[in-house]
Amino acid sequence: MSDIPRPGSDGPPNNENEPVEPLEPAVSPRQDVPAGASASEPGEPGAPGTAVPALQPGTATGLTDGQWHRLHPATPLLRGGIALIAVLGIIISNLRERFVEMFVGGPGDYQGDPIDFILENGYVPIVLGAVALFLIVFILIFYLSWRMHTFRITNEVVEVRSGILFRTNRRGRLDRIQGINIVRPFFARLFGAAKLEVNVAGQDANVQLAYLSSSNADDLRRDILRLASGTQLERDAAATAAAVGGGAGAANVIDRRVSELLAPELDPNYAPPASVVKITVGRLIGSVLLNDTTFIFVLMVVGSIVAVVFAQSPYPLLAIIPVLLGLVSFLFSRITKSLRYTIAGTPDGVRVGFGLLTTSNETLPPGRIHSVQVSQPLVWRPFDWWEIKVNRASKSSTQGASGQQNTTILPVGNRQDVMRVLGLMLPGLVNDDSVEMLTRGLISKGGDDGFTNSPRRARGIRWFSWRRNGFAFGPGVVLLRKGAIWRELIVVPEPRVQSVALQQGPLLRKLRLASFTLQTVAGPISARLGAVDAQAALTFFDDASRAVIESSSSDTSHRWRSSELADTPPVDAPLSAVDAPPAASEQAPGGQPGGLAGDEESAHSGRGEDSPPSAYGPPAGDATPGQEQK
Amino acid sequence: MTDRLELPETEWRRVSPKYVVVDIVGAIITGVILLVATSVPAVLSGISWLWAIPSVAGLITLVTVLFIPRRVRSIGYQLRDDDLLFRRGLMFQRFVSVPYGRMQLVDINRGPVARLLGLSELRFVTAAAATGVVIPGLAATDAEELRDRLVELAESRRAGL
Repeated sequence: MSDIPRPGSDGPPNNENEPVEPLEPAVSPRQDVPAGASASEPGEPGAPGTAVPALQPGTATGLTDGQWHRLHPATPLLRGGIALIAVLGIIISNLRERFVEMFVGGPGDYQGDPIDFILENGYVPIVLGAVALFLIVFILIFYLSWRMHTFRITNEVVEVRSGILFRTNRRGRLDRIQGINIVRPFFARLFGAAKLEVNVAGQDANVQLAYLSSSNADDLRRDILRLASGTQLERDAAATAAAVGGGAGAANVIDRRVSELLAPELDPNYAPPASVVKITVGRLIGSVLLNDTTFIFVLMVVGSIVAVVFAQSPYPLLAIIPVLLGLVSFLFSRITKSLRYTIAGTPDGVRVGFGLLTTSNETLPPGRIHSVQVSQPLVWRPFDWWEIKVNRASKSSTQGASGQQNTTILPVGNRQDVMRVLGLMLPGLVNDDSVEMLTRGLISKGGDDGFTNSPRRARGIRWFSWRRNGFAFGPGVVLLRKGAIWRELIVVPEPRVQSVALQQGPLLRKLRLASFTLQTVAGPISARLGAVDAQAALTFFDDASRAVIESSSSDTSHRWRSSELADTPPVDAPLSAVDAPPAASEQAPGGQPGGLAGDEESAHSGRGEDSPPSAYGPPAGDATPGQEQK
Repeated sequence: MTDRLELPETEWRRVSPKYVVVDIVGAIITGVILLVATSVPAVLSGISWLWAIPSVAGLITLVTVLFIPRRVRSIGYQLRDDDLLFRRGLMFQRFVSVPYGRMQLVDINRGPVARLLGLSELRFVTAAAATGVVIPGLAATDAEELRDRLVELAESRRAGL
């Protein structure tokens, strides 16, 4: 486990940054189980032990203790692996005949072959030496780049340093996290490695931890999300209170709370949270086949057949073949990437996972979705299938389900699926009343149905959809309904709206119409509604800007659980527990709730090393800055 | 053109009338470049009807310049309790309301002509690129005061993204 902290080499002396950090010294106060770290390296507890005498991780992985850590040792291989395989492939293919001859026998005549040249002139030692030197340099560079590539996670930031000659240092603020994505490329899965990408708001502002050990990645994500959620205190509180054994009732609450926190975020391989949507293979294939691209292709085929008939020549058909190949590979990759699609709610956000060979699953914390679009291509209408896209503040380099941009949250689903996914993504939106409203937003033909629709005079510019083209206010959201042929419903959560704009050009003015836009971060969705009655638009502008201000002032989703924290009893626990006897620390792992119980054994190897008598000093110190952050 | 959109109960703060000069100079420079560029084919080939292109360009520039004073008058902003209200445009009207808490940064830019006249341009940037609130033609001191005021308001109403 390369992830074992080695503070001596690379650690605290280099960072002088946050005032919080000195409070997280090598002697960590926390009582948690170093699950990933020692579990995956049971064979050599001594080695990391000597390197890190007293540094016991603060959370499940021990990676969020604010110290610098290294990545998975196979990282350079995985990153440069493809290049290596390519080089190997070129060499092998060039020597193919020679290999064949070695086993089968053959003419043995390769004029001008460099290998013959080397053999004949006695350059073998030189060449071998050169190859060896090359390999040594290569491995050295790999090793150095791995050594220099370190990351740390504090209560405020996640930070990565890398590079040998050109050093880069990248930090992402935890409260700006837009999602955490764990990708397991097929090749990396063989090594038990995973890539963790912390999506931070902004263009190309993501912090990538590639690669981590697969089991660590899930724990680490949970830890980062918990730190980001504003509940970093709670865990310490729970641990300490449990250690003190302060009251059975309190302990129960804590147990329940923490296990509730942890349970659904376990490694998806052995505890997948129940997906609220199941995409059957049939529906997946159907939806992929029935799209506009296939439609265009069919038109092309028909066109070329017509051309064949008229031109009396088979050549036009040949033109389709490359297109056909392209289409088939496109459809195939879309299908394999959408297989095993899951979407589930966890306490720290919505988790979307998919992929057959290369798997990917991403957790989107609450309040990171800036607008949602439910749309239906024309060919999907007979099946009542819908697609859901979202706008997000970050751009991820990894693709989403179906190999589309990762803004596609639900590649295909029926109306119940849509409601479930909407309910996950915008909590509080879907209830008995609003389901009807949303359904009307999806399929209603218009009329007096709670939406403010375009007036009749708009039919000149909205030929088919003017009856339906309208807006409504839902619980904490604005609904925009558009399109009679390509139906779509845009749901914009009010606290995420950046600004509201109202526009009117000369044509709309003639018709006494106007258009408005709810401006959010850039993405596939533009929440713009045209051809609205001018008076209604003015009223909307006023109402919407007021609603936006109100909702965003009461919104706390950037630290989504900080409010919860305020009314959870255990918060006070650490303060009263400061003077607890040090012996109590021995009981701490036992006091840990079920979520971590599985790692209890491995905890033993670590427990002897920590628990110095002074261990309780810091948690109070830790707690105080934490509380101030609220 | 009587049904122009108008928000009720708003008193717009207008930008400095001197800003007209900045816009006119800009429009004339663009116009001259356009004229020269479009005249090249006519001069080189000597075909007389090709002169129609530069004349149209000239006409468009002239109309633009004539409308500039009104367009500048249409620019307005208002600091409401919780949001900044901004408007511009005559033919294509546009109103934007931005809550102060949405501010990511405030820019102050000064072009050469504006600097001669002591004017600045203030840009209010949010996380949405489309917001596009640019208040031109503010006296330099006003712009700085406004910036400080906006920053202060944004601080007091800070929100997540």
